[in-house]
Amino acid sequence: MNPAAPSPAITASGLRKSFGEKVVLDGVDLSVAEGTVFCLLGPNGAGKTTAVQILSTLLPADGGQVRVAGHDLVREPDAVRAAIGVTGQFSAVDGLLTGRENLLLMASLHHLRGAEGRRRAQDLLRRFDLVEAADKRASTYSGGMRRRLDLAMTLVGEPRLIFLDEPTTGLDPRSRRTMWQIVRELVRSGVTIFLTTQYLDEADELADQIAVLDQGRIVATGTSAELKRRVPGGHIRLQFTEEAPLAAAEQLLEEASRGEGLALNVPGETNVRALRALLTRLEQASIEVEGLALHTPDLDDVFFALTGHAAAESPATEDDGASTNEPASASADKPATTAASARDAASSHVPPQQPSTPNASAPKEPTR
Amino acid sequence: MSTLTFAARDSATMLRRSLLHTVRYPVTIIVSLAVPALLLLLFVGVFGGALGTGATPSGGKYIDYVVPGILLMSVGYGASSTAQAVNRDMTEGIIARFRTMAISRSSVLTGHVAGALIRTLLSAVLLVGVALAMGFRSSAGVTEWLAAAGLVALLSLALSWLAVAVGLAAGTIEGTASFSLVVQLLPFVSSAFVPTGTMSGSVRWFAHNEPFTSIIDTLRGLLTGSAIGHSGIVAAAWCVGLSLIGYVWAGMQFKRGASR
Repeated sequence: MNPAAPSPAITASGLRKSFGEKVVLDGVDLSVAEGTVFCLLGPNGAGKTTAVQILSTLLPADGGQVRVAGHDLVREPDAVRAAIGVTGQFSAVDGLLTGRENLLLMASLHHLRGAEGRRRAQDLLRRFDLVEAADKRASTYSGGMRRRLDLAMTLVGEPRLIFLDEPTTGLDPRSRRTMWQIVRELVRSGVTIFLTTQYLDEADELADQIAVLDQGRIVATGTSAELKRRVPGGHIRLQFTEEAPLAAAEQLLEEASRGEGLALNVPGETNVRALRALLTRLEQASIEVEGLALHTPDLDDVFFALTGHAAAESPATEDDGASTNEPASASADKPATTAASARDAASSHVPPQQPSTPNASAPKEPTR
Repeated sequence: MSTLTFAARDSATMLRRSLLHTVRYPVTIIVSLAVPALLLLLFVGVFGGALGTGATPSGGKYIDYVVPGILLMSVGYGASSTAQAVNRDMTEGIIARFRTMAISRSSVLTGHVAGALIRTLLSAVLLVGVALAMGFRSSAGVTEWLAAAGLVALLSLALSWLAVAVGLAAGTIEGTASFSLVVQLLPFVSSAFVPTGTMSGSVRWFAHNEPFTSIIDTLRGLLTGSAIGHSGIVAAAWCVGLSLIGYVWAGMQFKRGASR
């Protein structure tokens, strides 16, 4: 670690948790630098939510040392609670209260004076574009509005460290963008963010550091670029209308392989330079290409490369995410376990390919 | 400020929230008022005549006999609403939010219980008003009325703590239904509508020994002057015992909250 870097907001070593026979976290080590976005990336059932629940004092760990915001998690839970804010996977807003009342409730619980509480509530309503809906019941809010209110409630106490557990799961693209924008603004103001997500593009957009969690273990850490470099699967797909140019291209590009139909997959980088070089080669050889598509590594590729098995999606995921307008059902706090068992059933477990080098890439200095 | 002041302040905040819920969702108070009022109409108007004065040991009016049991049912309906409200908090995730905040841990639950207490006493007062309008007459003086109010409050406390525990323990809102069923059905197998002496065999034994009978007998004694005997002590013991069980159980459920 860089000695000049500020003290870490979170350090965890050997974090373990089991529910009965089921091992959910199997010796997790984490270090989150202050003022950065740390992203825990993994499929459903990887243990992301459990990790957040432990780090935010909701669940006791079975083993391991954890310090959050400078306090020992077990000995000083209240000091930890005073420093953190948590926005869970399912919006924890009071549907019977209005947006403003929800914020005032938080202000009262943080023991703010009446005027100060009202001022902060009004600021947050404005900042989160909820002024018009401020005096409507939260149960009438759309999914995106509920998430925004949820996060606004978390911010009433001005926490230094915020846990965001899958903040955009089930949101429409526009609400996702808004949420990302909010997260960026928070980081600019010096807050540390601990984010979990199952979307690689989200980690890509926001995270300074990414840790890939699979079956309760961290299988890789690094920046987004570092992780992608380790992941094959990116390719340029060339589409042809006739067999002749396809065969010619196949001969020209030795590393390429045939795809479905009259298509050729050229593995490698998918950036502009690689694309230009490829097109130049084809043009010089006078090979007519009908069309092309870029395939960048996605979460599946990352998972396949890092763990040797695919990130099997639980079909329940999309359903859970889509129902953001409804109060979370009772299954709300269970998807982690159900998805895990579904995945175990769906794919035979292959041991991680590089168990001895889980932290191959050296931790980078925070970019901010 | 001291920890205790914070605890009181947080509890007051939670109580305010609970009362605001009642105002926003008045169905809770309507149910615990309207259903017992309908039952009162049904029993007095429909069965009262057939049951006649023979049903009441003291030979008084049937409405005088039945009102204490109806009051108790109102408390039961109130407790069902409490269980549902707590369960909603649990499944909506707001309890998880509270648990990650540096607030008094007990305030989340005491707020619910205090809110339930106020709600129940309010509907009990309204119900007594309905009963008086329907011809209920009480021999009670101020002391007896206060004692009766105290007993209703004590019972409400016991059922509210149990309701909170059930609400936390139930995975879904449907899970609280069995609790509602028990508190709504138990009065029927008690001395609420007919004296337990008229029941047969094992039913009589059950009705005689279940908690609601001693509570109803005590209430009836206070309001209409019938003999209380040792029912008062038994009633108080049941209420205190059930309160403690509910309190401890609720505390355990609250602690393990997120692990489910």
